[in-house]
Amino acid sequence: MSESGSYYIPHGSNWPIIASIGVCTTMVGGSILLNGSDIGKYILFIGLAIVIYMIVGWFSTVVSESERGIYDSQVDSSFRWGMVWFIFSEVMFFAVFFGALFYVRSYSLPWLGGEGTGLATNTFLWPNYEAVWPQTANGPGEIGGKFEHMSAWGLPALNTAILLTSGLTLTWAHHALKEMKRGQLIAGLFLTVALGSVFMIFQAIEYGHAFTELNLNLGSGIYGSTFFMLTGFHGFHVTIGTIMLCVILGRSIRGHFNPKNHFAFEAVAWYWHFVDVVWLGLFIFVYWI
Amino acid sequence: MSSVVKDTHHDDHPSGIMRWIRTTNHKDIGTLYLWFAMIMFFIGGFMALIIRSELFQPGLQFVDPQFFNSMTTMHALVMLFGVVMPAFTGLANWLIPMMVGGPDMALPRMNNWSFWILPFAFSMLLSTLWMDGGAPAGGWTLYPPLSLQTGDAFPFLIFSIHFMGLSSIMGAINVIATILNMRAPGMTLMKMPLFVWTWLITAFLLIAVMPVLAGGVTMLLTDKFFGTSFFNAAGGGDPVMFQHIFWFFGHPEVYILILPSFGVVSSIIPTFARKPLFGYSSMVYATASIAFLSFIVWAHHMFTVGIPLAGELFFMFATMLIAVPTGVKVFNWVTTMWKGAMTFETPMLFAIAFIVMFTIGGFSGLMLAITPADFQYHDTYFVVAHFHYVLVPGSIFAIMAACYYWLPKWTGNMYPETLGKIHFWLSTFFVNLTFFPMHFVGLAGMPRRIPDYSLQFADYNMIASIGAFGFGIAQILFLYIVIKTIKGGKKATDQVWDGADGLEWTLPSPPPYHSFNTPPVVK
Repeated sequence: MSESGSYYIPHGSNWPIIASIGVCTTMVGGSILLNGSDIGKYILFIGLAIVIYMIVGWFSTVVSESERGIYDSQVDSSFRWGMVWFIFSEVMFFAVFFGALFYVRSYSLPWLGGEGTGLATNTFLWPNYEAVWPQTANGPGEIGGKFEHMSAWGLPALNTAILLTSGLTLTWAHHALKEMKRGQLIAGLFLTVALGSVFMIFQAIEYGHAFTELNLNLGSGIYGSTFFMLTGFHGFHVTIGTIMLCVILGRSIRGHFNPKNHFAFEAVAWYWHFVDVVWLGLFIFVYWI
Repeated sequence: MSSVVKDTHHDDHPSGIMRWIRTTNHKDIGTLYLWFAMIMFFIGGFMALIIRSELFQPGLQFVDPQFFNSMTTMHALVMLFGVVMPAFTGLANWLIPMMVGGPDMALPRMNNWSFWILPFAFSMLLSTLWMDGGAPAGGWTLYPPLSLQTGDAFPFLIFSIHFMGLSSIMGAINVIATILNMRAPGMTLMKMPLFVWTWLITAFLLIAVMPVLAGGVTMLLTDKFFGTSFFNAAGGGDPVMFQHIFWFFGHPEVYILILPSFGVVSSIIPTFARKPLFGYSSMVYATASIAFLSFIVWAHHMFTVGIPLAGELFFMFATMLIAVPTGVKVFNWVTTMWKGAMTFETPMLFAIAFIVMFTIGGFSGLMLAITPADFQYHDTYFVVAHFHYVLVPGSIFAIMAACYYWLPKWTGNMYPETLGKIHFWLSTFFVNLTFFPMHFVGLAGMPRRIPDYSLQFADYNMIASIGAFGFGIAQILFLYIVIKTIKGGKKATDQVWDGADGLEWTLPSPPPYHSFNTPPVVK
């Protein structure tokens, strides 16, 4: 706090406006595509290219500023608060989909099955419908046809072990960083990236299994909807997390970070642990019980 | 090291449009937010006047019902996300760094992006007016299955909401980081001005609920385009689930729209009553209690949808509890004025009008909270009257009070006091003329969101329409006053108001480009 006078305020930046143009182009392209016009695809790709260019450029600017020693401890603290609250917003984002899952399982399906105030709905609209979770043709309208649900034991259980282990290897890398053991830091990060990638490969295999053998997809009633939205958004976050891990692995190899100054490492670590905890929720409530 | 970098760039003022596009300065960005809100205020207001023109008389005269529904939907989205939220974020940008004695916002580049998302997001949203199937017309609450019948506008609507949400979340993160990390030495949390406190709590609400809205509308998108069944009973989902998700966002959202107003009024009342705020710490705790309660009252928007009796009772009582901390606030404002040496400059007039009319809106809210009574009021003009009383003479009046109060600080010029007072009286008269009769037609059974109505509602609707046009025209005067004050006027002193207290009044008027390069000493 004593150094407030030297708080670094970046001068004008082009990245935000490039970001807005990129994201807006992506969204417009996506919308046109969803409305059934193929030209949207090209707009979407142009937008995504701008977004990727922006992300690389913006982060490069910040990394180079950090390496030049411009940021003092107060700036570091701003970044920390920023990351903490960003992760909190992500927690709330996942909370909606978990909330939807719990609501469906505790209320809407039992009501459709005739429980409580759902008696008339069941009797007059969907007689013979019995609410069971998870079942093989979800919802009274049998939307998505017959399908089988995902089993928890097998690849999902293995994936749980993989992600938990990756949390350990990352913590090992963090300790190595604090003790200036660069070899162990790089090894720990490399292992974490490898475990994250194996997790994603297994998820891809599981999805293939679901599509081809279980006839389970996004359109498989509410079971398929919640299953794929939750695991899909989680997988997307693991992908982002893995890319972030790759970046700090690269920076570690180049000799960035020191025991006192390694906010980027910690931010990625927090993010990775968050993704880990979400998976535990998924494993318990989506796959297992 | 860092001071070298600072020196080369701190006074780097690129000119023309690029200054505004590239800026990382909290004052520039605050100005951008406020002007954006002003522009959207007139666009949203124009939509309101289309609605009021159609409702001037029974029968269909100007627009077709589909377009009428688009207008009610777009008016709400523009006013909430394009006016009140950006205006408060603009005030936060201008004031928080000055109030806590910091040099700027904590994350200046992200601050720029938070603003520059908005013109793009709203271009996307407003462009839907010209699309096949028209602009969204299912109401701003986007209830499925109706909202899923939107035409080509649908994905644009959803993505623009995602985009605005991104802007709000980043803005809120910045506010929290600034308040927690940029305070001058000695500025403890319990010494912060209430505007800062209310914004801290508002920012927490924003980060907690904007992702919930994002998740909810994502489910709408996948229901429409990717075959999911979240809100489709045939697939095991439930359309009512959307209402739960929406209002879990929506109720904290309405406090996001009002809490910073509390902060503004809590700054203005002590200045013109020339007394310190009564019950500072109880104000902080009351604000925090309101924020907490906002998470457990959402289903009072859904009493008639068919939720279990235990739910109806819980949400009724929880809602009524909010009257307690809100009562504490109103009591404290009134007690601050008690035996004060009061003067009635324009900001004070708006602040007092806020207390009176926001309380009217609060009381009609209490009526709506009573479940059995709500069965009668639900979806009538009584609801419209209620939330317009808390939003227009509530939030909008607080924003105007803030503009009059801090414009001399921002521009270095005093606004023309007589014109300000004329603007105040016109606004107050017409806002009541517009919204007060809506209580009566609502209680008599006139439903909301319809372009035509039974003959017995004709008189009050005509009065409301006259009021709306009067209010709209009065705001042109506001625009004129703001421009005139920016261009010139009597020079303002540093303290501006003789009862004003706070760090922002220790800076020159207008303040330097970077507020406190050396942190001030806070006693």
